[in-house]
Formats: sequence, C-alpha cells, structure tokens
Amino acid sequence: MSPTFLPPTLGAERVRVDVAPWRLSGVVVAAQLNHRPQLAALADAAQRPPYKALPSAPVLAVKPRNTLALDGDDVPAGAEGLDVGATLGIVIGRVACRVSAAEALSHVAGYLVANDLSAPIPGDTPHYRPGARFKLRDRSCPLGREVVPVAAVADPDALAVQVWIDGVLAQATDTAERVRGVAQLIADVSDFMTLNPGDLLLLGVAQGAPRALPGQTVTVEIDGVGRLTNRLVHDDLSTGSAA
Amino acid sequence: MKTARVAYAGAIHTAFEHDLGSAKGLRLADGRVVAEDQVVWLPPFEVGTVIALGLNYADHLKELSKELTVTAKDEPLVFLKTPGAVIGHRGQTRRPQGVAFMHYECELAVVIGRTAHRVARADAMAHVAGYTVCNDYAIRDYLENWYRPNLRVKNRDGATVLGPWFVPAEDVADPHALGLRTRVNGQVTQQGTTANMVNDIPALIEYLSAFMTLQAGDVILTGTPEGVVNVNEGDEVVTEIDGIGRLVNHIVGDAPFSVIPA
Repeated sequence: MSPTFLPPTLGAERVRVDVAPWRLSGVVVAAQLNHRPQLAALADAAQRPPYKALPSAPVLAVKPRNTLALDGDDVPAGAEGLDVGATLGIVIGRVACRVSAAEALSHVAGYLVANDLSAPIPGDTPHYRPGARFKLRDRSCPLGREVVPVAAVADPDALAVQVWIDGVLAQATDTAERVRGVAQLIADVSDFMTLNPGDLLLLGVAQGAPRALPGQTVTVEIDGVGRLTNRLVHDDLSTGSAA
Repeated sequence: MKTARVAYAGAIHTAFEHDLGSAKGLRLADGRVVAEDQVVWLPPFEVGTVIALGLNYADHLKELSKELTVTAKDEPLVFLKTPGAVIGHRGQTRRPQGVAFMHYECELAVVIGRTAHRVARADAMAHVAGYTVCNDYAIRDYLENWYRPNLRVKNRDGATVLGPWFVPAEDVADPHALGLRTRVNGQVTQQGTTANMVNDIPALIEYLSAFMTLQAGDVILTGTPEGVVNVNEGDEVVTEIDGIGRLVNHIVGDAPFSVIPA
C-alpha cells in the first residue's frame, strides 16, 4: 500500500470562512472544566485523590477528524444520550506561538458555534482519565458552518449562549466566568503548542450541560455568532465492554 | 519496499534506501541520489489522527505500579496528539529550562491503511498499511490529574518523533515479535519486545474502531516498555525497532527557540 495518504477532515473544510485563513485546518482542541462554576461544583473532591489539586494548566482535549461534523448532520448516540457541549469556537487567523494574553486576540480570525458532545461517563472521577469511548465518538463535535470575523464580536467573553432541545429552552448561559477567557486561553495553550491558521480552540462548555436523547434535535445558539442544529440518531454503540 | 518522505531542493519527495558504499544514502523518486544528511526528514507519511496508548507494556506497568491507579485489566488508556507535535528523523526536541524529568518513549507506530469502522479482531490486521518508529517524549513535571495525561506533558511542539521509514505491513512478518531499544548518547537505556504489549495491535484496532472510525493515515502509537530515564540538553536519543528503523533525535534547550529565561 502507498504511504501517501490523504488526510481528510470530515466537514471542517466545508465551513465558510469569510476572513483569513479561509478554511479550517481540521485541528480542534477543546478546553474542559474552563467554567468556574464547574470547578466550584466539584468542591472538596478537586482536592482529594485522584485529582489532589485544582488544575493549573488549561485542561484540554483533542477532537480528532472522526469527531467533526457540520450543522444539519445527524449525530449518533446511544440510548443513554449525550451531554450537550455548547461552546464558542475560536478560529486562529495568524500563527500563535508563546503569545501574551494582551496580543492574543490579534491572532484570531473569528468565531463559530460548536457543540462538544460527550457520552455520560460512569463513576465518581470522570475528569481523571475520561475513557476515549465517551469523548471521541464519530461526529460528536459538530461545528457551525460560518465563521464570524473577530471584528464583529465586541466581547467574546460576554456572549449569551442558549441550548434548545426539541424547541424547548434547556440551558441559558453565557461565555463569561471562564477560568481562562478567550485571550488567556490562547496565551496558555500557545505556550507549549503552536496554533496555526485554521486551528480551532473551543472555549469550553458551561456548568449544567443538558442531556439530549436519540431522536431529539439540539440547537446551540450564541448571540452574534450563530446557530448550530443537529439531530441525535440512535446508534447501538456498546459502552459497556472494554477491549 | 520501505519509503521515506524528505524535503530536498525545494520540494517534498518520496525516497528509498540507497547504498552509497561508504555512507547511507537515499534515492529520490525522481532518480536523484543524495546523502542522508542532505535532506530534511519528514514524518514518513501524511499523518492523520495520532492516537497514543499509555501503559500498554506489562513491564512498564510494573515499573510505574507504585504511582498508578490502573491495572492491565482496565480498558486501553488512549490519548491524542495534534499535528504540531509531530516531527521527523534527525530533528530537534526542546527541553525547557528548569524541568526535572523529561523522558523518551520508544514505540511501534501502526499506520492505518484503510477505513476501519467496527472491525473485529480477526479482520483488524487487514486495515494496517505498515509501521514506523515513534519516540514520544513526556515532561513529567507538568503532569496533572485532570484528563491524564494532559497535553502540556504529551502534546508539545516537536515532542513526538516519527520515522525514518514507512515499512509496509507485508515486509513485517510478526509485529508482535520485534525487539525495541533506546540509546542515549550510545548507552542502551531501554530494552523490550513488542511481545509484551498488554493490548496487541488487533485488540487496539477492534477497541478503537468500535467508537471511532479510523482512516488511512491515522496512526496508533502502541506504548513503551520499561526503562524511561531523564534526558538532557545536548543528548542524542536513538529509538530503534528491529526491522522497522533507527530514529535519531537531538535534545536542545531554550536558546535556539528564542525563549527568554524567566
């Protein structure tokens, strides 16, 4: 077999980007536990084993190409459903390596709406070593089809976020109260991994993610950025067995 | 036939082994013959999703048993990398000033050759295109207990080395019977055999493809045996797997990266 493989990025190249870099690279990194109320809800557990202390570096998860999908795509889900992960997506416009928070926003091309869906993780310590089979499922990270230019968003850390499930408001939150806001997140991530044009950083979901079930339609709306709608379709993926 | 991907004279080329008599050389696909230090070695295939396994060798698991809360009976410990982490043969990896424990990991890298969706163990090996060597560095100072192992430890710029060769699957009789070792400045510091994998290659493909579709160019880094030791600025680290390749990397400090000391 030939070693020259094409690296397709499911869907990412079809997002309309009206500002530089014109298309997404397919690299998607999602901040986790970046909403202060999420850490507050963990309370003393965050100080006990296995965690032992609050995180000091950004908590991050890579969303590989199999997880990417677009507005309108169906998302497979087991009978237990998926936790909705409404999040602001930050599209990098200019290479960012060890940038300061003060200069970080000048490296952003724009923003999009994303939904970092996760299967419910059993057990008491879901943030220690979350199993790949809960976080890396096919099409579990739909992206909005349009990137809003950075200049069109006055303050990315103060945007209203709403989640609708079958037309009923399920979560009303915003992009504020982050452990790291947009600029600080870019600064701290770029300290050890260079962000390139078209890379996508997800700011991270808010405390109180609603659960959606197979057959339900989920819409994520971020004020001034857009809407993202996907239907969950039943897919009998066994989550009970290890290898 | 094993192949490399190299940059030479303004373009990227597929290259083949070529004996220059006194030195190792390369023959580019267009016929030019060059010495191995005349080219820039890139990862030997276009890299898709990089999937890494933690604690997948019985001996390494034993080595770390005091600080671990997992056992071989748990499900495979999977983490991912982004393309920026990946570099090729004869590259440089940065060791930030002030860290105490940065170590290499010699790993067999399994390259997927065709789409794998819910593939059974018995059919798994038909989805493997070939193999290469990986040296997957970690900086343990940055380890935190949230989403372990966290990206600051394992997904640093230039800290995942792949190469030098892509070796087609048909050229490897048994990928579960390969000796692997690491040499730091010529001293052997790590030795093992791919026979000691906790989850073997078909098990990993079956496990992963049950929930994530694997595509051509995706690569599974199958874990490392015992014997990880600290490396320092100036060290030459050579990770080697019998029949697959000998992958050279150099540890450099902050200065070449214009990092100003804090």
